Amino acid sequence: MVGEGIEINKRRKTVMEKISYTFLLFLTLIVIAFVMGIIIYLIVKGSSAINWEFLSQKPRSGMREGGIFPAILGTLYLVIGTLIFSLPIGILAAIYLNEYASKNRLTRIIRLSIINMSGVPSVVYGLFGLGFFVILLKFGRSILAGSLTLALLILPAIITTTEEALKTVPDSYRHASLALGATKWQTITKVILPQALPGIITGSVIGIGRAAGETAPIIFTVAAFSQPNLPNSIFSQVMALPYHLYVLATQLTGTPEDMQWGTALVLLMIVLIFAVSGTAVRTRFRLRKKE
Amino acid sequence: MSGDKIKIKVRNYGFYYGAVKVLSDISMDIQENTITAIIGPSGCGKSTFLRTFNRMNELLPNTRVEGDIIIDGIDIYKDNIDVVDLRKRIGMVFQRPNPFPKTIYENVIYGPRLHRKYTKKQLGSIVENSLKRAALWDEVKHKLNTNALDLSGGQQQRLCIARLLAVNPEIILMDEPASALDPSSTQKIEDLIDELKENYTIIIVTHNMQQAARVSQKVAFLLTENICEPATLVEYDDTNKIFTNPGDKRTEDYITGRFG
Repeated sequence: MVGEGIEINKRRKTVMEKISYTFLLFLTLIVIAFVMGIIIYLIVKGSSAINWEFLSQKPRSGMREGGIFPAILGTLYLVIGTLIFSLPIGILAAIYLNEYASKNRLTRIIRLSIINMSGVPSVVYGLFGLGFFVILLKFGRSILAGSLTLALLILPAIITTTEEALKTVPDSYRHASLALGATKWQTITKVILPQALPGIITGSVIGIGRAAGETAPIIFTVAAFSQPNLPNSIFSQVMALPYHLYVLATQLTGTPEDMQWGTALVLLMIVLIFAVSGTAVRTRFRLRKKE
Repeated sequence: MSGDKIKIKVRNYGFYYGAVKVLSDISMDIQENTITAIIGPSGCGKSTFLRTFNRMNELLPNTRVEGDIIIDGIDIYKDNIDVVDLRKRIGMVFQRPNPFPKTIYENVIYGPRLHRKYTKKQLGSIVENSLKRAALWDEVKHKLNTNALDLSGGQQQRLCIARLLAVNPEIILMDEPASALDPSSTQKIEDLIDELKENYTIIIVTHNMQQAARVSQKVAFLLTENICEPATLVEYDDTNKIFTNPGDKRTEDYITGRFG
């Protein structure tokens, strides 16, 4: 009797296992299908526009011909500028929160602010950037103002992922280091940060993706509709791929469709290149640790 | 000669986690270059007591000490004591081996390099000396650049000992250093501890009484008599005396295995 009951139960469980497994697999495949779909669609529609001229020349004939080089360059400048501001602040903030701060009212407020910051719509960051960096601090519409605005935008992501990475470093390493007479800062720089680096890189890659793709904040703070000369200082305006794409698609008539798709493809490729090199650094780092 | 000079004086020592007092009124003298074992049932505060000597308890919030811990005539809980300096002089071996996820070589030079710069040659000899003193050199000399985490548990623990010997401490604290190891690794660690007592003052926490009897010259027995009450030092004497002719009924009950 009892044995039979167990048998039936087991059979029912196996069926349930299979159903839930299939269901989960199906959901995962949907995600992959969408990603692949977007990429393939972009490649099909946009690859015909991509050639050396498209990548290396300025737009001509009211942007209906020529290339998108200034926008590529502008986006690269913005990504680098954003990282220069957001990485040090984000990493140091995460170190403070995870390694130094005690659990009190202040840290609760800080954490709450970070959560809220990641919930603020990007257009609001844009408006803030315009009011604060562009007008109040007199940076003008510039790479500096745009990078600072984007840095604020991705700061929560950098802080959160870095903090998560720091949390995964076991306390036994901290104790071992401190017991050898290391100061807290030595422990952080020599033991904890190297361990947390892969996670920090992941956070940076996510941040880069957002910074490169955001449109609203840069419209307010840096992006130029069209620019005859390439930027020559951090106080220059730049063209940027997302805004250029918007301009091509909605602000002009008669732009060839493949130029629009080509621009989108280039934007995606830039983000992908950053992501892949981030992953490569991470993997190399893991291998080196394993050796 | 071992056992002549008093290295550590503990006077009316007590310890609080928040409002809870876990150790009370402990006084004892620990002699230089001897091995002192701290025994007692689980949860009686042995490890907490051990962490008193290198002030590792301070890493936890809301802890408080009372009484004095005097090492070489200096109260280590005075305000002007540099904890970093203190921990350089007092090494610690943890319950679970915790080498850094770096190479064997990097693990050993980690401590020395915190405190000053060395040439490559000096580092090489520090690594060799420390690993030799930790009885690990012959097993790892051909693979100093492999990851320490690839070593066996027992080797990892000896590497941790080598890592602390590299900083030249005077006192070594050991928190059940062999409890996570198999018998043959335990044997090696115990042999090593015995050799180290020539040059170091060692305090070892163990709940393995055979181990206490095998390795130590002095034994301190801590006990929490009632739950909710702090642990106290029941008896502190020569290892021989404790295990053959204990002066306290509770010690006798504990070492004969009637509780704990």
